[in-house]
Amino acid sequence: MGQIVLEQVTKSFGDVTVIPPLDLTIEDGEFAVFVGPSGCGKSTLLRLIAGLEDVTSGEIRIDGKECASIPPARRGLAMVFQSYALYPHMTVRKNIAFPLRMAGFDRAEQDRRVEQAAAVLNLTDYLDRRPGQLSGGQRQRVAIGRAIVREPAAFLFDEPLSNLDAALRVGMRLEISELHNRLQTTMIYVTHDQVEAMTMADKIVVLRAGHVEQVGSPLDLYRAPRNLFVAGFIGSPKMNLIEGEEAVKHNATTIGIRPEHISISESEGRWSGIVGVSEHLGSDTFFHVHKTGLADSITVRADGEVGFKHGARIHMTPRDDMIHRFDEKGLRIA
Amino acid sequence: MARTVTTQRKIVTTLVAWGIGLLIFFPILWTILTSFKTEAQAIADPPVWFFFDWTLENYRVVQERSNYSRFLWNSIIIAGGSTLLGMIVAIPAAWSMAFVPSAQTKNILLWMLSTKMLPAVGVLYPIYLIFIQLGLLDTRVGLTIVLMLINLPIMVWMLYTYFKEIPGEILEAARMDGAGLREEILFVLTPMAIPGIASTILLNIILAWNEAFWTLNLTAARAAPLTAFIASYSSPEGLFYAKLSAASTMAIAPILILGWFSQKQLVRGLTFGAVK
Repeated sequence: MGQIVLEQVTKSFGDVTVIPPLDLTIEDGEFAVFVGPSGCGKSTLLRLIAGLEDVTSGEIRIDGKECASIPPARRGLAMVFQSYALYPHMTVRKNIAFPLRMAGFDRAEQDRRVEQAAAVLNLTDYLDRRPGQLSGGQRQRVAIGRAIVREPAAFLFDEPLSNLDAALRVGMRLEISELHNRLQTTMIYVTHDQVEAMTMADKIVVLRAGHVEQVGSPLDLYRAPRNLFVAGFIGSPKMNLIEGEEAVKHNATTIGIRPEHISISESEGRWSGIVGVSEHLGSDTFFHVHKTGLADSITVRADGEVGFKHGARIHMTPRDDMIHRFDEKGLRIA
Repeated sequence: MARTVTTQRKIVTTLVAWGIGLLIFFPILWTILTSFKTEAQAIADPPVWFFFDWTLENYRVVQERSNYSRFLWNSIIIAGGSTLLGMIVAIPAAWSMAFVPSAQTKNILLWMLSTKMLPAVGVLYPIYLIFIQLGLLDTRVGLTIVLMLINLPIMVWMLYTYFKEIPGEILEAARMDGAGLREEILFVLTPMAIPGIASTILLNIILAWNEAFWTLNLTAARAAPLTAFIASYSSPEGLFYAKLSAASTMAIAPILILGWFSQKQLVRGLTFGAVK
């Protein structure tokens, strides 16, 4: 069990309010991702749930139990840190066994659970090494091993993959998702990487300056961003935002269209412009089109085989049903 | 371009280093040499260097005249006790300053250090009176407490700088893993800080061992440590340099040996944080 409820939670450091009153519910077994630009309060929020920081006001309930006065050690949560935070003076085996030792399990049970976790995480051959002798990916797996042995009510991940190289990151992303599917335990995952958020989450919580901008499934956020901030943050490359005459035609202050919802042609289209930089990813090509009269630059996705020279004139047509409309306050018009 | 170190340059620096080293060590060397001379040779002019009649006479006389082992035992108890007591106070203090700092932490640290700038004699009178009142004069307990207090600022400072180097996330991880404050300090912080704690302990034993002002002023016979043992040979009977040297050699020998075997640890301790 691991339902986590935040009610009117606030956090200030001195005069600076990092989290204004915030309500949020994370259901048992859910994979929730807190995402937002750096400094948006997502890590602080996680640390409040962990108990590493005290809330200034409001309530945090884990499984219905108010836990302001419960120290982190007894909240039944496990945390994986960005820096891994392994104990450098202990072997991998002792690192993973540490929470069990603290919980008072006997040696036989400790060994059994450590072996089991090590088998799951491919760490069996490294149990007698120290963290300093492991690679980044292995260290991350030790940190995860240390989190899972205690069978916590929920896992908290604080940007766990940001110290890994790109290839490893994709692999670990899958491993964590697999882990969630197998354990069905609540997980809260903090990241600034919207790709991680989109690929892993059941529920994404988009934060800005401590405010929850939108909560929803990845596809909800992709299809119907509630405001301009979410529209710009979710999706890669970013949604094109167009103001002015073109927006007025749609009865909006701003309209948004994703690069993948614009078709391009050499000869005809609703909009036209000059091709600037082209990014060839193999599967896709992204063109940055200038001098369209709409915005500084419009990004368009095309098939990987499509090629236009730098400086060529091209024509673009947006899919009308994929145009997002926003009012003068930046809120979505339904 | 890499700076080339010529052989000539190497020789010069080596000579200079040895020169400075010998200059610093010379008083100790001279004391040790003198302790093996006769009283006449000890004050000979010009001084004799190595070619004299080596004798153990002074050591025999010193042994006969005073009870070395009693002074030694007092020194061990006072230096060891004040260090142990100090660590019990300093580790939690440094922990709180390093990991739960408040707005005043820096000020408190500086204020603590400022007590070291106070001339000791300035507080001799009040402390002497307090000692009389509490019946602590010439007791090992009293001296242990005083030495602990005067070295405490240095202990806290040293430990604080060591603890600062330990990433706070590791302690937070311990907290998340179910460790209480006691387990956190005992199983995670202390093992990681062992080099720092060891050099702090060593430095404090040495400081307490060599402390003369308070030990001389607050003891008479019963609690007198080795510093008083040396002093007893310097005053009444005039100038018995050889015997004084023998007493000094006996007093500094234990700490010299301890220092020699732990020099690696000490050097690391004193330069910690300078290189990384």
